[in-house]
Amino acid sequence: MSGPSTYKPNSSLERWIDARLPLPRLLHDTVHTFPTPKNLNIWYTFGGILAFCLGVQIVTGIVLAMHYVANAGLAFDSVEAIMRDVNYGWLIRYMHANGASMFFLAVYIHMFRGLYYGSYKAPRELIWIIGVLIYLLMMATAFFGYVLPWGQMSFWGATVITNLFSAIPVVGSHIATWLWGDFAVGDATLNRFFSLHYLLPFIIAGVVVLHIWALHVPGNNNPLGIDVKSPQDTVPFHPYYTVKDAFYLTLFVIIFAAFVFYSPDFFGNPDNYQPANPLVTPPDIVPEWYLLPFYAMLRSIPNKLLGVIVMGGAIVTLVFLPWLDTSRVRSCRFRPLMKQFFWGFVVACVLLGYCGSQSVDAVKFGIPMVWVARVASLYYYAFFWLILPIVGLIETPKKLPASIAQSVLGDNAAQPAE
Amino acid sequence: MAATISDAGTRRDFLYVASGAVGAVGVATAAWPFIDQMNPTTAALALASTEVDLSTVQPGQQVIVKWRGHPLFVRRRTPAEIEAAKAVDVNSLPDPLAFNHNLAGGEDSGPATDANRATKPEWLILIGVCTHLGCTPTVSTPQIPEGDYGGWLCHCHGSMYDTAGRIRKGPAPRNLEVPPYTFLSDTRIKVG
Repeated sequence: MSGPSTYKPNSSLERWIDARLPLPRLLHDTVHTFPTPKNLNIWYTFGGILAFCLGVQIVTGIVLAMHYVANAGLAFDSVEAIMRDVNYGWLIRYMHANGASMFFLAVYIHMFRGLYYGSYKAPRELIWIIGVLIYLLMMATAFFGYVLPWGQMSFWGATVITNLFSAIPVVGSHIATWLWGDFAVGDATLNRFFSLHYLLPFIIAGVVVLHIWALHVPGNNNPLGIDVKSPQDTVPFHPYYTVKDAFYLTLFVIIFAAFVFYSPDFFGNPDNYQPANPLVTPPDIVPEWYLLPFYAMLRSIPNKLLGVIVMGGAIVTLVFLPWLDTSRVRSCRFRPLMKQFFWGFVVACVLLGYCGSQSVDAVKFGIPMVWVARVASLYYYAFFWLILPIVGLIETPKKLPASIAQSVLGDNAAQPAE
Repeated sequence: MAATISDAGTRRDFLYVASGAVGAVGVATAAWPFIDQMNPTTAALALASTEVDLSTVQPGQQVIVKWRGHPLFVRRRTPAEIEAAKAVDVNSLPDPLAFNHNLAGGEDSGPATDANRATKPEWLILIGVCTHLGCTPTVSTPQIPEGDYGGWLCHCHGSMYDTAGRIRKGPAPRNLEVPPYTFLSDTRIKVG
């Protein structure tokens, strides 16, 4: 990682290992002495929480795969057997299903945090872009996983999402057939989705390593958005942030456990407890909550190809974020105008999610929800392509503190601590 | 013998380019089986056909049977529904092409007139897959109307079809597809 290594092998065995495979040195420099800004707040603990979520999904998923049968005739019953017959199967499956929601909850907080404090700005552009890639992989993994129980929502969700590819001119329907391995979603589709659902988490783990590697070159951003200037601005990662991360992880796990034990189907859809039926579409097809904003964008456009482009473009836009923001100041703490647009963006995302959960012709408070979705989609795009470039040029940021240490300790920071 | 060096390149350059080219072709050739294995197997490709008994279907009623994994709509239209379908100006339709595999010149060789959508006006045979994102549309009846055009409404994203299965409103780009079918007798059809 960056900077000179501070690792000192203390025994002949450690020296022997260090000369051959310097893994202890790598761990020492990345998770022990790594200099970390001393002003990181609660929102910076979600990186660690996300690593925990990935671990939970992999461990529970491997166990579930020991009991699950990827066959259109047997999948639904095998999931029911996990719930009723397998020892603690109910617990492990509910951990996995709610774990996915917790994973996305954490990743959204993590992304909004990066947006608010300008963590995507130079020199951290690649950390952000790798993060967008992880987010995409998460969505693909979650989609494949949602198909596996082979309930009504599994089947029709898979039908709608794979049909998105049929919007591509000329080759679209061939791509859809290629994805299905048949002329409709069926047994072949289920088998390949299971294979990919097992593979992708390990790809995610690999890309997470790149994410952290890229993070450790410039080091963490921080709520002030100013660079680390002296060792006074930092503390070693261990024990300061290992303990802080562990504390907030514990709170997070309490919320996670509350869902698993007291409301395990809170995020689920009752239609998915009906076996898949290729002849009957449920009255309302709703994706999982974490995909609702994009689903609302798709539905708000009355044209197939354009709808798919608008939905896909909303995610592709995120890749360009580091170059769309023209401000020289990172943190919204010092950007009075940007701060208001940021919260407007949060509201737009929540509104889109709400619209996506309603039926396509829903009217609330006399307003057709499809129009709310259109306005919110417009704001989503305008936020990235108009507001971010323009506000960065016209806004007068507040005065930045001289250093992290001065901001944390006041003017006493000038003298070294006793 | 002294080697001649010219601008045309050396023996090493040739080997470099040649092995690179062969390697690229080799990788592409090796990748193809791994891509093509995803396509439907021969078993899935074998075009299955289904016979449907029409004698029990009442006017105004629709039955759904399964054909090649998809729902198949068999609708016995009432005279009013047929008249409504015939009265539509084809040029005003979002998709003015027939999309009927029974037409001699191919599925899109004619306009989407009612005659080009149903061989016998009373019987409308359609693949029950919304051309937007693949949901199964819900049939409309005088008692329980679905959509504004008396045909079908797709609840997923609000596409509306008329009594000839043509898209009239909503995000679907195409009319409902008419599969290849033949009348074996007055009360029996073979689809596929």
